Amino acid sequence: MENLIGFLVAAPLLGAALLLCGGRRLDGKGHYIGTLLAAASFVIGAVLFAEMLGRGEHDRALHSKVFSWIPVGGFRADVAFQLDQLSMTFVLLITGVGTLIHIYSIGYMEHDERRRRFFGYLNLFLAAMLLLVLADNYLLLYVGWEGVGLASYLLIGFWQHKPSAATAAKKAFIVNRVGDVGLSIAIMLMFTTFGTFTFAPVLTDADHASEGKLTAIGLMLLLAACGKSAQVPLQSWLGDAMEGPTPVSALIHAATMVTAGVYLITRSGPIFEGAPDAQAAVVTVGAVTLLFGAIVGCAKDDIKKALAGSTMSQIGYMILAAGLGPIGYVFAIMHLVTHGFFKAGLFLGAGSVMHAMNDEVDMRKYGGLRTYMPITFVTFGLGYLAIIGFPGLSGFWSKDKIIEAAFAKGGTEGWILGGAALLGAAITAYYMTRVMLLTFFGEKRWGTTPSPDEPSAEPAAESAGAHAEPHPHESPKSMTIPMIVLAVGSVFAGGLFSLNDAFLTWLEPVTGHSHGDSPLSAAAVTAGTMVVLAIGVALAWAQYGRRPVPRTAPRGSLLTRAARRDLLQDDFNHVALVKPGQYLTRGLVYLDHKLVDGVVNGTAASVGGLSGRLRRLQNGYARTYAVSMFGGTAVLIAATLLMRAV
Amino acid sequence: MSGALAAAASTTSTGEAFQFWVLGTVAVIGALGTVLMRKAVHSALCLAGTMIVLAVFYLANGAYFLGVVQIVVYTGAIMMLFLFVVMLVGVTAADSLKETLKGQRWLAALCGLGFGILLCAGIGNASLKTWNGLGQANSGGNVEGLAALVFTKYVFAFEITGALLITAAVGAMVLTHRERTERARSQREQAEARVRTGRNVPPLPAPGVYARHNAVDIPGLLPDGTPSEMTVNATLRGRGQIRDVSGEALAELAALERRSQRWLGRETTGGGKKAGGAPEAENGRGSRSAENAESAENAENAENAGHSRGVAK
Amino acid sequence: MNPVNYLYLAALLFTIGAAGVVIRRNAIVLFMCVELMLNACNLAFVTFSRLHGNLDGQIIAFFTMVVAAAEVVVGLAIIVTVFRSRHSASVDDASLMKL
Repeated sequence: MENLIGFLVAAPLLGAALLLCGGRRLDGKGHYIGTLLAAASFVIGAVLFAEMLGRGEHDRALHSKVFSWIPVGGFRADVAFQLDQLSMTFVLLITGVGTLIHIYSIGYMEHDERRRRFFGYLNLFLAAMLLLVLADNYLLLYVGWEGVGLASYLLIGFWQHKPSAATAAKKAFIVNRVGDVGLSIAIMLMFTTFGTFTFAPVLTDADHASEGKLTAIGLMLLLAACGKSAQVPLQSWLGDAMEGPTPVSALIHAATMVTAGVYLITRSGPIFEGAPDAQAAVVTVGAVTLLFGAIVGCAKDDIKKALAGSTMSQIGYMILAAGLGPIGYVFAIMHLVTHGFFKAGLFLGAGSVMHAMNDEVDMRKYGGLRTYMPITFVTFGLGYLAIIGFPGLSGFWSKDKIIEAAFAKGGTEGWILGGAALLGAAITAYYMTRVMLLTFFGEKRWGTTPSPDEPSAEPAAESAGAHAEPHPHESPKSMTIPMIVLAVGSVFAGGLFSLNDAFLTWLEPVTGHSHGDSPLSAAAVTAGTMVVLAIGVALAWAQYGRRPVPRTAPRGSLLTRAARRDLLQDDFNHVALVKPGQYLTRGLVYLDHKLVDGVVNGTAASVGGLSGRLRRLQNGYARTYAVSMFGGTAVLIAATLLMRAV
Repeated sequence: MSGALAAAASTTSTGEAFQFWVLGTVAVIGALGTVLMRKAVHSALCLAGTMIVLAVFYLANGAYFLGVVQIVVYTGAIMMLFLFVVMLVGVTAADSLKETLKGQRWLAALCGLGFGILLCAGIGNASLKTWNGLGQANSGGNVEGLAALVFTKYVFAFEITGALLITAAVGAMVLTHRERTERARSQREQAEARVRTGRNVPPLPAPGVYARHNAVDIPGLLPDGTPSEMTVNATLRGRGQIRDVSGEALAELAALERRSQRWLGRETTGGGKKAGGAPEAENGRGSRSAENAESAENAENAENAGHSRGVAK
Repeated sequence: MNPVNYLYLAALLFTIGAAGVVIRRNAIVLFMCVELMLNACNLAFVTFSRLHGNLDGQIIAFFTMVVAAAEVVVGLAIIVTVFRSRHSASVDDASLMKL
């Protein structure tokens, strides 16, 4: 059984190799190969899962050493896999949702001539992510981590002919790099502290290490998680990453990439438990991000960017939960899985809408689509209900638990975190309802029919829309089936997990669990959540459901404008990082010109000047040279005599 | 030479000492002459003298073979080669001994003095009181001894010097050889070319002025008395080695004419010849060559009685 | 008299030759001075041969002569070639090696 673990990674990796190196002859069937290999990985995962269920609770973890990678003295790095319950959860999520997205992409990318390459990159993405979650040491995890970064770069910039896509890919890559530096430093610190970076010894020895070192490692791990999971302050790449094809967004937001940070923090739990300061930093980052993302999501008119803000916010929830320690780990992962379902469904639905609307992304130009695309409407709607935490659906179970856990942190901290989580739930309800209303309800705001309230916008839209008027239609089966499957997951996953605390008992042996002493009863929290949810939905209805929606966005309040600019994150980065960088560069260039070049040129000039003077000795007359030889010989004789005399 | 035969002697014979001091002086004088003579030929001759003296010293030192080789090869062959080249370059050309490089002479003197003193100091430092002499080494004959060494111990060096000599010979040939890039023109073609251009149709005029000067470096005179460069070989013209003696030759001629005139006048007293030319020519003596030429012309006129005058004017 | 005097004479001749090389401009005379130096060396070798009582010094002098002959042949050929193109045998005229 252990040997099968390697094939989990090998199958998509083989697919990537085949598709990327196979050349044009695979163009016709490349997408089938990619999908099949992703599905094969899922099947292997399922087999391993079934086998794992058959074993006792405490010997479910499997180990598989493939080969010794870097055996140098005391430094040992193996390519070895560890498949425990936590990894298993991720494997099923990644391969399951990944396979569905592959199937969806067959239809979505049908008209793209570089489809084979796209599937190659998707497979690479899956392989890297699987390597990340299956690694049994931090160094191999780092390989997968970087592989995910590479694959995301390739996929976000897949339409590289668009400058915005190329820029977004570079941005994602560079921002991720900042986080990667954190991970590499964390690994180095681990090696100096523990002498190894294999999970088992590091995590069992964590309580022996000094708190300072653990805090340093924890903060570096948090930096890495921030980069990969788009948390404040490294969140800026996520919105721009929407430049990639929609399946990529779904893959990044639901199954891979952004979940890596949550995995890293959960996996490194013992380290954070030994470092309360690092844990405080984690929950702060999570709470800030969940509000940040939610606010950004409220202001965006681009459907994908609104969903991106929502992802940021939901990952914020997970990070918050992971930062809470044993109270929250299980719920972080549970929310991750349910989020994987409904967010993938939402993105695929958004892709389906865009597919129908000639790649229009502005929600203000949608409207009334529910009659044109019933399947998309239903699946998207179920995802919507799940994400806002409608009772009974997946999001309800997981998010509610996280809010509970936040309150259970105890003290002022608990109140602040719980309040933030509740507020986030309200805002989530608001912006998701907004997305829903703008897209599927109201009168249609697309096509040539002049909209009564905004006649002036029509010529602009006419000239801008060089392509024909959109004819919304339902997407092909290859796209709707994955959406349906994901919608089913969005509805039932949460309930299934919570049945008899199944998920908790499943994951507890790995992450551990403790019940905090919550100041509020579970019922009170649930009731509060329901109330804020209703408020959020009502607010959105009042603003977008009752009144017609203008086709161009109104100017809006200061906060709205700031939120449209992603709460000034890019401006902040520009002022805080780019400008000083430019000044530093200019200063260095100045130094280089004046000091370094000055020294070099000065040396050259002095050598040149000296040579110019010495050159006069070289007058070209052989006899002068003969005299110098003659004198030199005399000196030699003198030296010889002198040496003999001495 | 008897000292050379003695083994482990401490002094040489008086005869050799006498010979050394006399011939040594000659050798040093020859060397100084080589350096200081203005003409390359004189330098070569001085050097030859020094080399002959050295040959004698070789003989005195028991190197009989080398002594003979020195005379045959050096003085005989190499110095002749030098003289050939001197001839080629211009045997009469004298170098100016004026130094053109600033401070060169001082530096040379300083270095030379220092070098010489240091060499002598080195030799003096060695303080050789006794020596072995060549009696034993030369017992089987000097040439045989050398031959035994050359063909055994030094056989490789000997072979290599053979190769060196061949290389040098080939090198000298390559350096001095000039490939003809076009066919040599025949005499007939040259004549035709002359006629075609219309310049210098007849053969070039011969050098030399009258019977007094028939050397090739003296240009012939044109009818108006000026020297013609065309009469001198192109090589000499190129070197600038033309001796223009037209002025003095004509002046001498005029004086001769005058004397004969005077003599004739005294003999014949008031002949039909023009007498007014004599004082005129006397005035012109020792003055510029143009005047000389004029007086010479007068004298010539007097002699040829207007025959050539008609041609000149 | 000690044969060492021959060595002093050789040193003197060598120095005179070297000074000549430095002072004279005519390439032919310059070559003669070089020959003078070589001869001075030969005299020293022959004297050493006598002082040591073996013939090796004479052999070296012999080889020197051979090499000198080769050197003179090539050197004079060079002088003739240079003279042909420059109409001058002065070493100062061949001073193109300066800037």
